[in-house]
Amino acid sequence: MGSNMAEAHPVGFQWVMEAKANDATVIHIDPRFTRTSALSNLHVPLRGGTDIAFLGGVINYILSHELDFREYVLPYTNASFLVSENYQDTEDLDGLFSGYDEAKAAYDPATWLYEGTSGSASAGTDHHGDAKEASTSYQHGSGGPVVEGATEGIVVDPTLRHPRCVYQILKRHFARYTPEMVEAICGIPKERFLRICTAWTSNSGRDRTAALVYSVGWTQHSVGAQFIRAGSIIQLLLGNIGRPGGGIFALRGHASIQGSTDIPTLFNLLPGYLPMPTPAHSSLAAYIESIRGDKQKGFWRNADTYVVSLLKEYWGDAATKDNDFCFGYLPRINGDHGTYRTVMDMVDGKVFGYFLLGQNPAVGSAHGKLQRLGMANLDWLVVRDLTMIESATFWKDAPEIETGEIVPQQCRTEVFFFPAAAHVEKEGTFTQTQRMLQWREKAVEPAGDQRSELWFFYHLGRRIRQRLAASADERDRPLLDLAWDYEVHADEPSAEDVLRHINGHDLTTGQVVNGYLDLKADGTTSCGCWIYSGVYADGVNQAARRKSRFEQDLYAGEWGWVWPLNRRVLYNRASADADGKPWSDRKALVWWDAERGEWTGHDVPDFPKDKPPTYLPPQGAVGPDALHGDDPFIMQSDGKGWLFAPTGLADGPLPTHYEPHESPVRNLLYGQQGNPTRKVYGRSDNPSNPSPPELHSEVFPFVFTTARLTEHHTAGGMSRTLPYLSELQPELFVEVSPELAAQRGLQHLGWAHVITSRAAVEARVVVTDRMVPLRVQDRVVHQIWMPYHWGSVGLVQGDVVNDLFGVVVDPNVFIQESKVATCDIQPGRRPRGPKLLSYLADYRRRAEITIATGTQLATMGPAGITHTEPGRQSTEDSP
Amino acid sequence: MGLRRLIQSWPVYRQLAGPDPLGRGKAVESPSHVSLTARTASADRVARSVCPYCAVGCAQQVYVKDEKVIQIEGDPHSPISRGRLCPKGSASKQLVTGPHREQKVLYRAPYATEWAELELDTAMDMVTDRVLDARRKGWQDTEENGSPLRRTMGLASLGGATLDNEENYLIKKLFTALGALQIENQARI
Amino acid sequence: MIGDHSLSGPLDDVAADAGHLAPPPRVGFFTDTSVCIGCKACEVACKEWNLVPEDGLNLLGMSFDNTGMLGANSWRHVAFIEQQVPLGNQDTGLAGLPTGPSGIEQMTDAISSTLRHAERGGGELGTTPLHVDSEPQSLGMPSFDRPGARTGAEDRTDFRWLMASDVCKHCTHAGCLDVCPTGALLRTEFGTVVVQQDICNGCGYCVSGCPYGVIDRRPHDGRAQKCTLCYDRLRDGLEPACAKACPTDSIQFGPLEELRAHAAQRVEQLHELGVTEARLYGHDPNDGVGGNGAFFLLLDEPEVYGLPPDPVVPTRDLPAMWKYAGIAASAFLAAAVAAFAGGGH
Repeated sequence: MGSNMAEAHPVGFQWVMEAKANDATVIHIDPRFTRTSALSNLHVPLRGGTDIAFLGGVINYILSHELDFREYVLPYTNASFLVSENYQDTEDLDGLFSGYDEAKAAYDPATWLYEGTSGSASAGTDHHGDAKEASTSYQHGSGGPVVEGATEGIVVDPTLRHPRCVYQILKRHFARYTPEMVEAICGIPKERFLRICTAWTSNSGRDRTAALVYSVGWTQHSVGAQFIRAGSIIQLLLGNIGRPGGGIFALRGHASIQGSTDIPTLFNLLPGYLPMPTPAHSSLAAYIESIRGDKQKGFWRNADTYVVSLLKEYWGDAATKDNDFCFGYLPRINGDHGTYRTVMDMVDGKVFGYFLLGQNPAVGSAHGKLQRLGMANLDWLVVRDLTMIESATFWKDAPEIETGEIVPQQCRTEVFFFPAAAHVEKEGTFTQTQRMLQWREKAVEPAGDQRSELWFFYHLGRRIRQRLAASADERDRPLLDLAWDYEVHADEPSAEDVLRHINGHDLTTGQVVNGYLDLKADGTTSCGCWIYSGVYADGVNQAARRKSRFEQDLYAGEWGWVWPLNRRVLYNRASADADGKPWSDRKALVWWDAERGEWTGHDVPDFPKDKPPTYLPPQGAVGPDALHGDDPFIMQSDGKGWLFAPTGLADGPLPTHYEPHESPVRNLLYGQQGNPTRKVYGRSDNPSNPSPPELHSEVFPFVFTTARLTEHHTAGGMSRTLPYLSELQPELFVEVSPELAAQRGLQHLGWAHVITSRAAVEARVVVTDRMVPLRVQDRVVHQIWMPYHWGSVGLVQGDVVNDLFGVVVDPNVFIQESKVATCDIQPGRRPRGPKLLSYLADYRRRAEITIATGTQLATMGPAGITHTEPGRQSTEDSP
Repeated sequence: MGLRRLIQSWPVYRQLAGPDPLGRGKAVESPSHVSLTARTASADRVARSVCPYCAVGCAQQVYVKDEKVIQIEGDPHSPISRGRLCPKGSASKQLVTGPHREQKVLYRAPYATEWAELELDTAMDMVTDRVLDARRKGWQDTEENGSPLRRTMGLASLGGATLDNEENYLIKKLFTALGALQIENQARI
Repeated sequence: MIGDHSLSGPLDDVAADAGHLAPPPRVGFFTDTSVCIGCKACEVACKEWNLVPEDGLNLLGMSFDNTGMLGANSWRHVAFIEQQVPLGNQDTGLAGLPTGPSGIEQMTDAISSTLRHAERGGGELGTTPLHVDSEPQSLGMPSFDRPGARTGAEDRTDFRWLMASDVCKHCTHAGCLDVCPTGALLRTEFGTVVVQQDICNGCGYCVSGCPYGVIDRRPHDGRAQKCTLCYDRLRDGLEPACAKACPTDSIQFGPLEELRAHAAQRVEQLHELGVTEARLYGHDPNDGVGGNGAFFLLLDEPEVYGLPPDPVVPTRDLPAMWKYAGIAASAFLAAAVAAFAGGGH
């Protein structure tokens, strides 16, 4: 669901085909019939962006038929926990949870807590009166937020009957997500929906497991994090987490996008999912206090050791106990500094320099025009890539040249293009989608000026430090004190040495540490990323291990290295029952060996190795020591899988169906139309198409979505330049159903253009039975799909499909909604030059679009508050 | 080649004299056909690598001869990919050896309409200057209420999902020391 | 030693028949189209290994197929077929949806009106589908529906999307080889059929000799080109590049006998799973080409995939035709050769 695995991850799909050959049922739920659907047993088309209505329907089916895996749910999830009596559900408030503040478009989550606990008073909350910007949901690490007091016992009702227990709250929350409601919202006929429910539940339990796969079809939504929560709830209810053949698989789209999240190039994180500090963190102690609780369970309790070891790796000898290990050197975040906010700040002249490192936002990011106008308003831009890309050449061939919005002779941006080394021309590790680090050997030297990023940033840092060597400015201390002395061979820094430092050292002996359990908070260890600690255990590059699959078992523990501590299946304690026995012989993975007094099995146990299943901690125990023998979720502060999230999410403790930001229909479940906390940017250069209850949504009557093709790679820099890939998909096209083609007069292989309030994009028409209309509520809804790989550079060229999207983001993770919008489609090519601008202005006029359109987030009352910001007037006529 | 060998290598001779009277196999093999072998067999070395496209993490074997990549194939020993590659992974050799690869630093001056070449060293120096300048211009010491910010908003970066962990590590570390925090990558997209 | 079945019919050992002494087992491809995901890795892996040039940057509109057909510059071709037909053991989710008539007819019409093919057989070089706005011509393209399956205006309720990677069949009796006048085409010790580039003079007889329309001449030098079953790789004990890359093992390589046995099992398995339309193509040694070295598991009639239903090697009738005319010529040549052979001792 939300994944086109056969097309986007073809080699991974071999395992699905193998499972199918072994009689597994493969179900593909996706707006269109793809190459994945073609190989599935069941394809279910649904309306884009209605996944929570569907998943909520499945949850309702499970609960109303009591099909949950009770022996799993009771000990391993928070189903029995009682929630605060002040909690009010969306059923009580017509689509809102308790604590909503319309002016801030944000929640105070205080009423969502378990009875008798307190939430993480994460620093920054309401710090400067803007709870939205300071909302800390994006600041929680892999352990999630803190539930303070979890060690002291939470009030539970093991009968699951108490009206305020999570199980009953869940049941009530989803009670109206009936098969009929699913049919009316998603467009999935009731019978087909029930067939999926049956297949899912009957293939889960002691002897069977079901796996759920998603990709950016789930994340790129204004409610994206809650899509994944909804899937997680089902998998927890059915006992499919932490077990072989179960789980939720996030299939990620770039070679090391998992790595770039673990060792983040992200504004809100430090390595290992430690949050970036905020201004409220006046000291290291205050910071550590905010990311772990005194009375919490689990391994986040040891966050002090992770933080201090990171600071020791960053600032070496300069980091001492007396100076808070240079904690003060860290820059502070106080709001949304995500890539879209930054691009708007570029347009507004607040950003001066920009690095693009193997990324092509002029094509690959939502609202390409905003990206290009931002880049055209910089002092300088550095592009590092294998090949020439649109983001490097926007000043001479952007679509805005034709419309006159960018004039080369008037564009001031200074652009540096640095050719990059390719994957065979440097060594280092990628982290693949299942957290596996694999070391790449260098095959050949790069040519000419081609260099690795390692070379570029090492030498940039060296030059900067040289330049500042004599500086007495206090703000330069973090640079001058920086530990920047990695081994260098010729003039290339050693990636192995960097990896060793990521793994960490015992500074008293100079030896590498063997894992994060070795880390200390007293400054005697250093570690660049605690979850990667162990990748250099015993002084061996574990990521470089290549023991053949022919020479080891199915879990292949000696191929590469998986964080944490080479555990292949996370939370695998749950693969055994509460007593530590496998749920069934067929599904055995990790179990308690009573004779030897330890956990053992096919995988590395993701649990304290010698803690028996019956273990009860002594009074006052905290952190890992406080984990009970049946607390499999060892990173959670209460040790349990969260059906209900008492804290940590900006948009509610439970997933709730909200219509996409741009939708052709009213929310059938609630007065609240869209995610009430989604982040909108009401600016003249970021218009929205109207959605009900706003008027004129009929101007953009169709649902629009985009995805990848097997034959290309994202923004195309690594595929449109290759003859062998370009010839396979040589031209941008738009897929429409025969019904829509008839309605709009579209001819197969003829031209059409798709229009939103932002852009019009032309493409060749593909009329196909793979696209189908859906019956939604009282009408027929047509969906339109385009691949998005084209631009103005390369062997094959085409309009930039991402220009069609505006910027609206999920409030938890600030990812844009670019998997669903509304649009119009018309036959023929789009207008060109200045005529294009007036054509779009005419659409906006007909739809009466202003900067306020789409920004009234609370929709229950007639006149709500709009969330606009004073935007720079765009060079075109103001909408 | 002597006359006799010449004649014996004449296909019609071989056809009628050998066990291939119809001249459809052994009799008509040319010398270059007979000497054909897989070019990978003559590789100087094989580097163990990983496909640079999606995140499945298919293992690759990179064959090198005379310091050039001559072939990239899947590594059958991988428990993830079992030697298989998708069309993109199969096109990896073209990706790394194709003529689209830029080899020179290019520079577009403000208001210019064309690229100009620049020495790498000069470009590094210029970028160093500009990073420090943008950092200074966007510097923020504190919030209005005096809480520390210690950061620059003048500098941003996007990218990392296609890079190595070690590279991301240095990028984050250096930018953090610079006080720059608008450091993002595809994971946000 | 011209055997009874040297020119047609079953032939147990094609390599021995071509003069290879103690040849290794005959190898080939079994392409199981029921697991093909249409990724085209086979097309790319083939080109990367064999250095086959790019074959035109044209959107053909034939579903996801922009290769069109096998040719000098496309030795693997993945066909995509959209049909108004249900697939066994699959529910495509159309029932109950507000659908109208299928668009397959419109697609087919549009394709045939915008594509035309260069002539085969040595006239024009290159048989890549040309992307032109000319009068409709429909020549040998995969068909998008069963002939006569459509009745017109009813709502569409069934759909399936078939994908299949096509390749040279490496026939037991290869028309291309049998008509080649230069000895450029030959049967290898592995039982496969390859073109020797240093011998081929570009006459083009093989192009019209192939009952499948596989072999083709490359425009820039006129030489005939087709799949070699990666002969150079076989020499080093490696499997062909396409089979190695294939993500779902749709393309399987191995000794032909093993492949045939496995294919029979696979058909049985699919039938048990309800995929009753599964059938083999090109596996039968008694067919018009003596069976193929590369054979297929298909989910519909071969013509749906652009494959001839009953291919016949053009030399099948040759023995009868040449029975008399040939004797004189052979005798003359034999005498000449005997003279050289004798001199060699």
